[in-house]
Amino acid sequence: MSAPSAPHGHQGVPHQPAPAAQTPGALAPTPSQTIGPFYGYALPFPGGGEMAPAGHPGTITLHGRVLDGAGEPVPDALLEFWQAGPDGSLRGAPGSLRRDPATGAVVGRDGVEFTGFGRVPTDADGRYALRTLPATAPASRPAAAPYIAVCVFARGLLHHLFTRVYFPEDTAAHAADPLLSGLPAQRASTLVARTDGERRYRFDIRLQAPDAGGGEAGEETVFLEFR
Amino acid sequence: MTPPSASAAPAPPAATAPADPAAAPPPPDPGPEPQSVIDREIAALHSAAADARAAGGPVPAHPGRDFAPYRSTRLRHPRQPLAAIDALRDPEAVELTGPAFGVTDITALDADLTRQHAGEPLGERITVAGRVRDRAGRPVRGQLVEIWQANAAGRYAHQRDQHPAPLDPHFTGVGRCLTDDEGRYAFTTVRPGAYPWRNHHNAWRPAHIHFSLFGTAFTQRLVTQMYFPGDPLFPYDPILASCTDPQARARLVCAYDPDLARAEWSLGYRWDIVLDGPSATWTEEER
Repeated sequence: MSAPSAPHGHQGVPHQPAPAAQTPGALAPTPSQTIGPFYGYALPFPGGGEMAPAGHPGTITLHGRVLDGAGEPVPDALLEFWQAGPDGSLRGAPGSLRRDPATGAVVGRDGVEFTGFGRVPTDADGRYALRTLPATAPASRPAAAPYIAVCVFARGLLHHLFTRVYFPEDTAAHAADPLLSGLPAQRASTLVARTDGERRYRFDIRLQAPDAGGGEAGEETVFLEFR
Repeated sequence: MTPPSASAAPAPPAATAPADPAAAPPPPDPGPEPQSVIDREIAALHSAAADARAAGGPVPAHPGRDFAPYRSTRLRHPRQPLAAIDALRDPEAVELTGPAFGVTDITALDADLTRQHAGEPLGERITVAGRVRDRAGRPVRGQLVEIWQANAAGRYAHQRDQHPAPLDPHFTGVGRCLTDDEGRYAFTTVRPGAYPWRNHHNAWRPAHIHFSLFGTAFTQRLVTQMYFPGDPLFPYDPILASCTDPQARARLVCAYDPDLARAEWSLGYRWDIVLDGPSATWTEEER
């Protein structure tokens, strides 16, 4: 078995690693690679999905499934969530993976501070659940449609995907949202959670539309690119 | 998968092994695809990308999510184009800021993967260090860097890793640290081994350490893998090959750095990281 020929250097990579500047003052970014199947003992942490301060009466549950292009659950996805604080602050707070200095173990959040950050792996059935506070618009733009930012990692996904969870109560604000208002209605609907009980919302993430389409139920989630 | 038996063959060995993977005997049927099929697909995709670069097309910094030689991408990449969000037109997008981490999230031992158990792990002790910057070259300060890796024998401390290589009771393979004011990080660990996977027949991943990084903005989030220089498995690996630009692949390979080596203690590797994506402090001239 011979190595495929490589135009630069041998063994597929050039000899000189170079953070090549493509434009003056701009560094070339480090490429993404898949999170792979074995992050489970490294990245998830106890209480990763418990973003809301303990016992907070405003707590909502956001839950759903991550599905692939065959409509099958993705059991090895990792979801991360980032949202404004209840006061609209976008500073966040440390303490999501608070540690026990005696044992080094993650003891979880202090139950007081809202860090704005959550991390939840999907289970064997592709499901996740997050308990958090309702999304808030940034303080500087209080009339904006509130949303929770989501980042999706998975084995088989070479570069993470961003999406957003908007909420069905905010329909009026959605009409003015620069993202939602620029999408066809069927596409935009993939970004709005549906009410699923009291203070409970369902938000599924479809990484790929099934081959045959599948109507609204099989619509691929809108993913985002930031420029 | 049974390894080919060399000793049991009574016939004299063939005078010459086929040099061309295309001429290799067909794989056992039924069975997984041979490396040669993956090689041909990678070569075709790299050739097409080289043509596109030569024609002045964009040079993608990241892998495309639809990279067929890595078979698990097939049902896990979106078919629809991504919706673009322009940081200048939407400067208060939540994603232009990001989570914060601090002293409560880290303990001093987290950055030394060789001291997390009662005994010392087996393997080649190494220091991996570098700087984290954004695209404008600004250091990313006080942000979380997480790593995970296989042990020196190529086995992850994960229930789903069934590779029959030994687990090391003195090595878990998980580390964390916060970057300092210059954006620097450093880990002490052991060099991970290569390991087999099931993308195709006899597929082996080059040795690598997984990295997870946060920037000042959620848009700068990065999960990637760091490879070691000169690994003979590079040309065969569809995950590394998913970066179709050779310069992009080179940016995933650390460099041996004698200044990071510690005499009679550990070898040193340097790997600097540049986070992509705009942030709330992004300005027009920095784009």
